[in-house]
Amino acid sequence: MSATTAPPQAAPATDPPVHKPSMRKRLVPYWLLLPGILWLLVFFVLPMVYQASTSVQTGSLEEGFKVTWHFQTYWDAFTDYVPQFLRSLLYAGTATVLCLLLGYPLAYLIAFKAGRWRNLLLVLVIAPFFTSFLIRTLAWKTILADGGPVVGVLNKIGFLDVTSWLGMTEGDRVLATPLAVVCGLTYNFLPFMILPLYTSLERIDTRLHEAAGDLYARPATVFRKVTFPLSMPGVVSGTLLTFIPASGDYVNAELLGSADTRMIGNVIQSQYLRILDYPTAAALSFILMAIVLIMVTIYIRRAGTEDLV
Amino acid sequence: MRTPIAWLRRNLVVIAGLGTLAYLILPNVVVTVFSFNNPTGRFNYAWQEFSLDAWKDPCGVADLCGSLSLSLQIAVWATLGATVLGTAIAFALVRYRFRARGAVNSLIFLPMAMPEIVMAASLLALFLNMGIRLGFWTILIAHIMFCLSFVVAAVKARVLSMDPRLEEAARDLYAGPVQTFLRVTLPIAAPGIAAGALLSFALSFDDFIITNFNSGNTVTFPMFVWGSAQRGTPVQINVIGTAMFVIAVLVVLAGQTIGNRRKKAQPE
Repeated sequence: MSATTAPPQAAPATDPPVHKPSMRKRLVPYWLLLPGILWLLVFFVLPMVYQASTSVQTGSLEEGFKVTWHFQTYWDAFTDYVPQFLRSLLYAGTATVLCLLLGYPLAYLIAFKAGRWRNLLLVLVIAPFFTSFLIRTLAWKTILADGGPVVGVLNKIGFLDVTSWLGMTEGDRVLATPLAVVCGLTYNFLPFMILPLYTSLERIDTRLHEAAGDLYARPATVFRKVTFPLSMPGVVSGTLLTFIPASGDYVNAELLGSADTRMIGNVIQSQYLRILDYPTAAALSFILMAIVLIMVTIYIRRAGTEDLV
Repeated sequence: MRTPIAWLRRNLVVIAGLGTLAYLILPNVVVTVFSFNNPTGRFNYAWQEFSLDAWKDPCGVADLCGSLSLSLQIAVWATLGATVLGTAIAFALVRYRFRARGAVNSLIFLPMAMPEIVMAASLLALFLNMGIRLGFWTILIAHIMFCLSFVVAAVKARVLSMDPRLEEAARDLYAGPVQTFLRVTLPIAAPGIAAGALLSFALSFDDFIITNFNSGNTVTFPMFVWGSAQRGTPVQINVIGTAMFVIAVLVVLAGQTIGNRRKKAQPE
């Protein structure tokens, strides 16, 4: 009797273990995501909402701020600080181009020509990340000091004449001019250009170079038609990783520049932390975000790369 | 063809690359040299004379070492938090198909695609509106938030390039899910997790913009340096900068040596 009744009892007992895990399994990704996504929603998305509400408030610090849907703040903030916006985009753009021009040869060198020195070179690119960037930026004050050797050489070869003509320097000094700010920006964000460039160059199959050579392409042609196009993902992510943070930076303009080199980051910082005009500060920060997002979207469409991360 | 110009043309990439490297390293050299300076006046921008005073007494400036240890604490907790949260997200994104995957991907990408000052200002707007006191906790919250995306990116890259058949093989050999994860999945993903953690630590330790907005009166090491640029820079700052550079180079080189040995020990 017991032998014949046992199997039907056993069947439902073994069935759920097959069924239950699949139900549980379907929930696994959500449990994995929950804490991190919650963190981002509460401390990234929600703050944006609060900032949006701050930007349409009016009032003063003494009487308190109230939401009055005062959109005029946006227009006033934008028109008051057009020079700072333009300056930010100009400086960040120049620094990005310089980063690309300076970073590409180094990334190429590490990827293809370094041999056993590759690791050491990579370490030297990454190591500055670990020394406080503020200390290194302050070091540029020493390097670019008035009457110092660097300025002396730049003066002698006529470089400062050219940059003065371009409005990047004044007379025979570099510190407290746009050139110093651009130099600091370029320096600070260079590793963010080199690393993605290196990653995409390193992935290139060197047999493609040989094949191009076998087909009588000269080295310059190989670079133009094979290497550079294949490194485009690195170029795109590198330029974004340089341009976006550079456009909102205020450290370089503050430490190496003067009152005439203030970028929009400096304005937002002083509005939030010194003048305490929160609505204007919030509006400025949203305008900056909008400009950057629009430019980035257009750039990605043009460059035609979807796989960024 | 052995003219200097031909040589220059052949080695153009090497010369330009090394030039860029020099540009990158130059400030570190200056920081190191000036850690042995004995400046007159408040600022340490011009060379006066050789001195070992600052190296003998790196904590000789008020609040300097306090800010340093605060930054280290925040960096450790931020790294821990961001690495745990980020690794979980990365696994969910790579290993599972579920609805809202695209939305999650964009949410992860956005903090990296936004000027830091925008995030810094919006967090301040949140804390001000909620009446939360700025200090240690607001800094930590902010640091975990912006490190998270970088951990996800680093771990995702590693897990994506991992062969799923290794886990199938483990299951075929009767390893349970937990055993498979601990003995197969985690060791393979470890370099990605380590890279994410290292990046988090560096980003958090060095962060200035977000901390500047959300620290209140709390002084982290970057905040101390920022203040010293206005009040006067003690030589000890250069000592700490030099020590950090040396330690970083040693740690990274040691990590690579261990990695290389492992690779040689078990060829793929």
